[in-house]
Amino acid sequence: MVSYILRRLLATIPVMGVVAVFVFFLLRLAPGDPAAIIAGDDATVTQIAAIRAKLGLDRPVLEQFGLWVLGMLQGDFGTSIFSNLPVSRLIAQRVEPTLALALSTLLVAVALAIPLGVLAAAKARRLTDRLVMLFAVMGFAMPVFLIGYVLIYVFADRLGWLPVQGYKPLSEGIGPWARHLVLPSLALGITYMALIARITRASMLEVLSQDYIRTANSKGLATGRVLLLHALKNAAVPIVTVIGIGIALLISGVVITETVFNIPGLGRLTVDAVLKRDYPIVQGLIIVFAGVKVLVNLMIDISYAFLDPRIRY
Amino acid sequence: MTQPANSQVNILEVQDLRTEFRTIDGVVRAVDGVSFSLKAGETLGLVGESGCGKSVTALSILRLIDPRAGRIAGGSIRFEGRELVGLDEAAMRGIRGHHISMIFQEPMTSLNPVLTIGTQIAENAARHLGLGKKAARGRALEMLDLVRIADARRRLDEYPHQLSGGMRQRVMIAIALACNPKVLIADEPTTALDVTIQAQILELLAEIRQRLGTAIILITHDLGVVAETCDRVIVMYAGRMVEAAPVAELFRVPRHPYTRGLMRAIPRLDLDAEGEGRRPRLTEIGGLVPSLIRDIPGCAFAPRCALAGDRCRSERPPMLDVGEGHRAACFEWAHGFEGARRDAGQAEGVR
Repeated sequence: MVSYILRRLLATIPVMGVVAVFVFFLLRLAPGDPAAIIAGDDATVTQIAAIRAKLGLDRPVLEQFGLWVLGMLQGDFGTSIFSNLPVSRLIAQRVEPTLALALSTLLVAVALAIPLGVLAAAKARRLTDRLVMLFAVMGFAMPVFLIGYVLIYVFADRLGWLPVQGYKPLSEGIGPWARHLVLPSLALGITYMALIARITRASMLEVLSQDYIRTANSKGLATGRVLLLHALKNAAVPIVTVIGIGIALLISGVVITETVFNIPGLGRLTVDAVLKRDYPIVQGLIIVFAGVKVLVNLMIDISYAFLDPRIRY
Repeated sequence: MTQPANSQVNILEVQDLRTEFRTIDGVVRAVDGVSFSLKAGETLGLVGESGCGKSVTALSILRLIDPRAGRIAGGSIRFEGRELVGLDEAAMRGIRGHHISMIFQEPMTSLNPVLTIGTQIAENAARHLGLGKKAARGRALEMLDLVRIADARRRLDEYPHQLSGGMRQRVMIAIALACNPKVLIADEPTTALDVTIQAQILELLAEIRQRLGTAIILITHDLGVVAETCDRVIVMYAGRMVEAAPVAELFRVPRHPYTRGLMRAIPRLDLDAEGEGRRPRLTEIGGLVPSLIRDIPGCAFAPRCALAGDRCRSERPPMLDVGEGHRAACFEWAHGFEGARRDAGQAEGVR
């Protein structure tokens, strides 16, 4: 197992290398010149050239790439073109809201979706099942921003139960922090919840028709034990897989959700940087997101071995 | 095999059991009027070909028929005098695995692949005997010893995929017996196993009956297994009982033409050594099992039976007394062996 984890960690190096190549060159292919944007509309050609030289944009592309990768290996993600602040510091400042939003979304979605999916499977083809699946289809069909605005309108604007927008750091107390997270987590989580609930139901239904479930029932075990231990543990591998896939969805969802709810996180940083063509920030963010994704994948692969004793590495 | 002393009490009484399944084509009468009783410590064989309703009878007794697919349409199942048909699900869960247990045909798929053997045995004891975690594990160990699994302590923490088919069936038996049930239903327990393992499992079941006094309902299509293990036999055909008799009696004078047909379909190795070394030709029963969707007014076997007359096709034969503890659902049972010869000849002609 340990050697498997080490091998998998080593295998992430080429993956991250490929990501770095794509990020760097795709951004260079995109239209728009940051030097021209910084210099402003009335700038002369020499002014623009001076800015290009200062940013290192006049050097050969391969050299720029090499310097960027070398820097990252030393923890230096470059400097923002516009604010002159180190990218690593900018990212670090924005990590807390995004991490809080992503984790609370994950928690809310998984904690609600799995029981809903199990319930739907246990009551397959009955009213409960139909209602859960109706909710799942609707949740999956609605875009995050629409759900977000509807939630804001109902719970913040009309009922006034929760704040409309914004974010309070955890350091200002857990109450305000949590209150600000409820609506964004729900908005972001509903799609995700719908996806997990559907997979849970499908996976559970398949497991419930297996011989060993009949055995469990023939032992007179309580329904809860049959469903949650005998069935759910067998149904877990596809569910965990889809939770992992969902984390990719979550990353794109975070960008939209942070905009709708005006949360100063990585999503907002990404949008602002892309609009301003602040290459170093965009590159750094994509590398960070990709790294998270690769690690999540690794964790999921490892979790299989704990869920199913037949899987050995 | 001799019956233990306390064999006079009926612990299980099934009366006119009828189980139906809804299908796209119509209602299938999978079990149609089955009645029998089971005495404490007795081994009762339930014999018939695939689809004759023997497994559904067993699942009905444990009320394990999926309500979305089928239901017990009528009749009565009494366990120690208590009616199980219509008993609420919670009470039923207290009986399953505690007083009446079941083992299944497929040991490879009947154990949960992601739970340890120990957990799967112990949870039974914990649930029904109220044992704590440690005591339940101790019970699991005891059970593995009882079913003769070597190195039981290590096996407790293993998963089903680490065990052979024969061992898995032993584990199934250990699970079923963990609460000392009064009745053990064994649904084709040896069908999926090698012949040598089959004999070991049957031996184990016989030994358990001797030691624990558990009554066993043994479901099988193998008359050889019945002859070796059972005290009494019920032969089923198309969801109905066709014959019931003590095992020796059934093999000596089978009365129902279907039973006689079944017996002629068994290869006889013993005849080979004598005479000119020619074995008698195996005869199959001509024709097909009828569809259980349409109502069969007369005897279900009549279309395939050489003895069948008009009455057999129009009136359903009741179980008639044909000997000491021997009953058969056949109007023509008295034709006996000369009838059997004749119907063999005619069945030949039918094809």
